[in-house]
Amino acid sequence: MSVASYSYKLQPRKVRLEFFRLLPISLFVVAFGAAFGLAATQKGLPPLDAILMSTTVFAGASQFAAIDMWGNQVSVLPLIAVVFAINSRHLLMGASLYPMLKDVSPGRRYGLLLLLTDANWAVSAQDYQNGKRNLEVILGGGLVLWLAWIVGTWLGVYFGGLLQNPKSLGLDMVLGCFLLAMALGGKKSPRVLVAWTVAGLASLAAWQWLPPNTHVVVGALAGGAIGFFWLEHQGTEATDETAAAEEGAAQ
Amino acid sequence: MTIETTTTGILALIAIMTVVTLATRFGGVFIMSFVRISPRIESFINTMASSVLIAIIVPMAFSGDTGAVAALAVTAALMLAFRKPLPAIGAGIAAAGLVRYWV
Repeated sequence: MSVASYSYKLQPRKVRLEFFRLLPISLFVVAFGAAFGLAATQKGLPPLDAILMSTTVFAGASQFAAIDMWGNQVSVLPLIAVVFAINSRHLLMGASLYPMLKDVSPGRRYGLLLLLTDANWAVSAQDYQNGKRNLEVILGGGLVLWLAWIVGTWLGVYFGGLLQNPKSLGLDMVLGCFLLAMALGGKKSPRVLVAWTVAGLASLAAWQWLPPNTHVVVGALAGGAIGFFWLEHQGTEATDETAAAEEGAAQ
Repeated sequence: MTIETTTTGILALIAIMTVVTLATRFGGVFIMSFVRISPRIESFINTMASSVLIAIIVPMAFSGDTGAVAALAVTAALMLAFRKPLPAIGAGIAAAGLVRYWV
């Protein structure tokens, strides 16, 4: 394939559509942001710094973890390790979008990735499983999620008392339920179900025995390994040929 | 090595977090740009993608309280029955709230 041709054209109309499609879930993100803003100020982070962190980092779980480590001084290496471990799932999420992202120019490719987060990625990945190429949701959906996260943080910083206990309303489960709905809405085959079982067991084992925050990556790679060794039988000949070619190349 | 949480110290810490997070957002795609996408790699990517979701959710269910389990169970049941994400998610969240209110 020629390097200069980037076949994927982002459609502005679809970007707007995806912005509004993820607006409902973004309202919950506002509540999360408010919880973060409140936690940050309680730990002594100045209001503007909390808002700045949400704006530039834009990764909720890792921000909560960082705030947990906050004090008069912060150890740098543990901070880096925790932020990296929690956000390492982005590596896999980005990689899974590569078949689409390779068809946009590098500038746009990495621009889109600035807005990559769980919810918009889950929609895009699910659409891809169902045969639809949807990078617009990364941009449009990412924008609305990002704005919601900033606005939420701002609300929490200045009016934190409004939402003392988001857990009692079940708001801590929004993302979990959303991701589960996305997973179950995707294509299911025996191969996928085996991969999920392996992924679930591996993530539990990692959660139990490996260092904290490694379970997502361990589980996902274990599930991916099933896909690597067990190819879908569509066009068996082609698959066998590639498998043979790969074996040949390996020797 | 530690950084004091002074005005500039905080900015430095936020900058560090930003760079590390950015590296995770960019890294996967950057590495993939050196990999030739064979059917085997594509199969790996596709299975890995949905496994990310499972690997987030399963430990969440096992470490969560009754409310968390109820939320995930209700979402799963409604999603499998009707395949409509928004009602399934809404009912799951409501289930968590209700269970926590009662228990």
